[in-house]
Amino acid sequence: MKRWLGLYAVAFFAFLHLPLLTLTVFSFNSSRFTKWEHFSLVWYRAIFRDPQILQGAWNSVIIALWATVLSTVIGTLCAYGLWKRNSRTLTGALYLSLVTPEIVSGIALLALFQWAFRWLHWQLGLYTVVLAHIAFCIAYVVIVVSARLRTLSPALEEAAMDLGANPWQAFWYVTLPALAPGILAAALLALTVSFDDYVITSMVAGVDSETLPMVIYAMARRGASPVINAISAIVTLVFGVLILISERVRER
Amino acid sequence: MAELRSSASAHAAQVLRYYFYYSMAPILELRKLVKHFPGQQAVREISLVIPRGSFFSLLGPSGCGKTTTLRLIAGFEQPTSGDVLLNGEIVNQRQPYERNVSTVFQNYALFPHLTARANVEFGLKRHRATDIGRRVREVLELVGLTGKETRRPAQLSGGERQRVALARSLVLQPDVLLLDEPLAALDPKLRKQMRVELKALQRRAGVTFLLVTHDQEEALSMSDHLAVMNEGRIEQVGSPEDVYLRPRSRFVAGFLGAVNWISGAGIRPEAVRLLPAGEVTPGDATSGDATPDRRAPGVVTGSVFLGDCVQVLVRLHSGEDTVAQLPRRAALFQPGDPVQFTWSAADEMTFP
Amino acid sequence: MKLRTWFLLPAWLSLVLLFAVPFAIVLAYSFLTRGVYGGIELPWTAESYRRLFDPLYLAILWRSFAMALAATALCLLLAFPAALFISRAARHKNLYLQLVMLPFWTSFLVRTYAWIFLLRDTGLFNTALQALGITHGPLPLLYNDGAVLLGLVYGYLPFMVLPIYATLDRLDPALVEAAADLGARPLATVWRIVVPLSRPGIVAGSVLVFIPCLGAYLTPDLLGGGRTVMVGNLVQNQFTTARDWPFGAAVSIALMALVALVLVVFLRRQSEPLA
Repeated sequence: MKRWLGLYAVAFFAFLHLPLLTLTVFSFNSSRFTKWEHFSLVWYRAIFRDPQILQGAWNSVIIALWATVLSTVIGTLCAYGLWKRNSRTLTGALYLSLVTPEIVSGIALLALFQWAFRWLHWQLGLYTVVLAHIAFCIAYVVIVVSARLRTLSPALEEAAMDLGANPWQAFWYVTLPALAPGILAAALLALTVSFDDYVITSMVAGVDSETLPMVIYAMARRGASPVINAISAIVTLVFGVLILISERVRER
Repeated sequence: MAELRSSASAHAAQVLRYYFYYSMAPILELRKLVKHFPGQQAVREISLVIPRGSFFSLLGPSGCGKTTTLRLIAGFEQPTSGDVLLNGEIVNQRQPYERNVSTVFQNYALFPHLTARANVEFGLKRHRATDIGRRVREVLELVGLTGKETRRPAQLSGGERQRVALARSLVLQPDVLLLDEPLAALDPKLRKQMRVELKALQRRAGVTFLLVTHDQEEALSMSDHLAVMNEGRIEQVGSPEDVYLRPRSRFVAGFLGAVNWISGAGIRPEAVRLLPAGEVTPGDATSGDATPDRRAPGVVTGSVFLGDCVQVLVRLHSGEDTVAQLPRRAALFQPGDPVQFTWSAADEMTFP
Repeated sequence: MKLRTWFLLPAWLSLVLLFAVPFAIVLAYSFLTRGVYGGIELPWTAESYRRLFDPLYLAILWRSFAMALAATALCLLLAFPAALFISRAARHKNLYLQLVMLPFWTSFLVRTYAWIFLLRDTGLFNTALQALGITHGPLPLLYNDGAVLLGLVYGYLPFMVLPIYATLDRLDPALVEAAADLGARPLATVWRIVVPLSRPGIVAGSVLVFIPCLGAYLTPDLLGGGRTVMVGNLVQNQFTTARDWPFGAAVSIALMALVALVLVVFLRRQSEPLA
């Protein structure tokens, strides 16, 4: 039993990780086909020569940063407020926003923007994407920060106020620093979720705001290309480094 | 025909031999059992024979290796060296589900999703037993749980849970029933009551019980035999009276009860009599088993009222702090009173 | 105003403006008439909902349901032994958990694309099979239901492992020992004791997998090659190529209703919330 379970675990982890590993390995292949020829960085060079990919990556970074900062602030404040006293309506709405299929959120936001633009004469653009991303990132932030808050004793703030702090000072000087690791984790999650999103983004993005996932999607629809392998490898590496850094920060 | 007869007699001989062997071999034997964990020698070397049908206790402080010993017998751990023998047969290689021993766990480990009856049936079904209904009914009656069959563990009291755990194991008619601190989870009052019940149950069921405990009162009151363990070794094996009255080491003497150490000899507090200073003969002449022929002068420093008796604290002139346990009415001493601390040489425990 | 009110205000605002209002608009659209050039027009009508019961669309709904169910069952089958392994590992438990979590941090799009790379006609599997002489032309591995199912399972497997692991980790090891002690072989112990006691985790994991699978869009789109249409693709299709907004809205509302139904049915007996 034990041996079988161990063997199974090997197969399980292989299934989970081999696809991405082989993908990465073949990003260094000189051939366009899935037959190993020799090591080459030709596909990586191709990325930096393709203005569409670079523009998409830049857009994605801008959107992800804005969405992360805003949703982290909103979500953290919200989690704190809910920790003080729960609101079933708000919690319910947050969970509902989490389980809503992406495609439904996407068309609903598209409908909203189109409806609003009838009067406002604005255009879809980067900011509509940022707004859409904030909408789905808040719930993730609230869940992660709430989990951290649950480990916190309410007596901490009471002690602060007992020593003369007003509620705002108690939050700012006592609770917020204690929450920092949770907030960092939440921000990182929001960043990855925002950077990765394709479905909602593709619905609400304007013509000038194509993101990296949209570029990858368009390429993938045309069939596999080693350039996507190379992009994937870079994206995975960047996020890997980010996670490592955040783990380090959290341990300190 | 002759062939048949010889085969029949051979068969009879085998049955006889088997029967003889089965009845003569101790039900459980440990031979030079050793268990190492990384960075720790839990069991250093244990050899022990447990007689069939007895109530046997492993007594020792926490961390002495008694629970590990129990787990080695049950098969949850594999010995580093040495053997576990059941009915004269080495069972080291057998999995827990292949050994005819059963464990009552410290917190009972009742399956929370199953009713009391389903918990009891569980083992029978695994053994594809027949007549499950009757056997379950009988064992539930034996432990006094009739009427509670359909309750889940969460709906039972602590004592009832323990009965389910006992029934669940006893119904399998194990060679040995292993009990790991079975009374520890009960409140003190229920614990005393269950001691009596457990002992009675063992007699009725006729199953060999091996109990692990750190509570010397528990071990002394229930067991036919007990083994005192310390630091992975057995210090002494014997009947409760034997071990209590004739401990073979300072550790055993101290672990089984309070001891006053006076110039190398140990005297139990209840063997002491106190006399007002200057009196030569015992004031209480009616209680006299052994004559108190030893004495040491001292001063009373305090007393502790225990209900049925009183403990008087005495500081001897030689410097030792001692305790005397006296009947309530015999304890008319005030702090500061000079006294004679007396005992009989026959009650002295001495060790090399 | 109290601090808490100020703190909740931005969240309320975003949820109302970016979730409740859009949803209300979709609900309104679903009761309107399709415009001549796309878009929407009056009068109010329930025609779009009537069209949902067209066998063609019912089949798509049913197909999505079956796909999500199959993906959930497969995830459960694959995840349970893995969770059991991790919970019983003597060492490196955290490493194994990190390995399960890792896909959370890599792009879902990239992970879906990985299967295109592996399964296409000139992909790794077909190339390897032909190089080994097992097959002589490429097998049609991509762009079918099987590929979509594989993509769904691969995408949501970690959601199943983690909650099951969480319940298994809390399981009292003495219960497993007690079962063995009473004569249960390892498989019987797992089936009679471990599985029933990890039910909360199994239910939570199933909900976490089933719901996103039901509304999946990207996976069937990329791996199904447009041939396997799940309800998510139907929604997208109505809003883009078909330009039938009222019907697209009605399908969205139906999908949401289905999700809500599943949540209620699954979680009714569960006292713990999702998180």
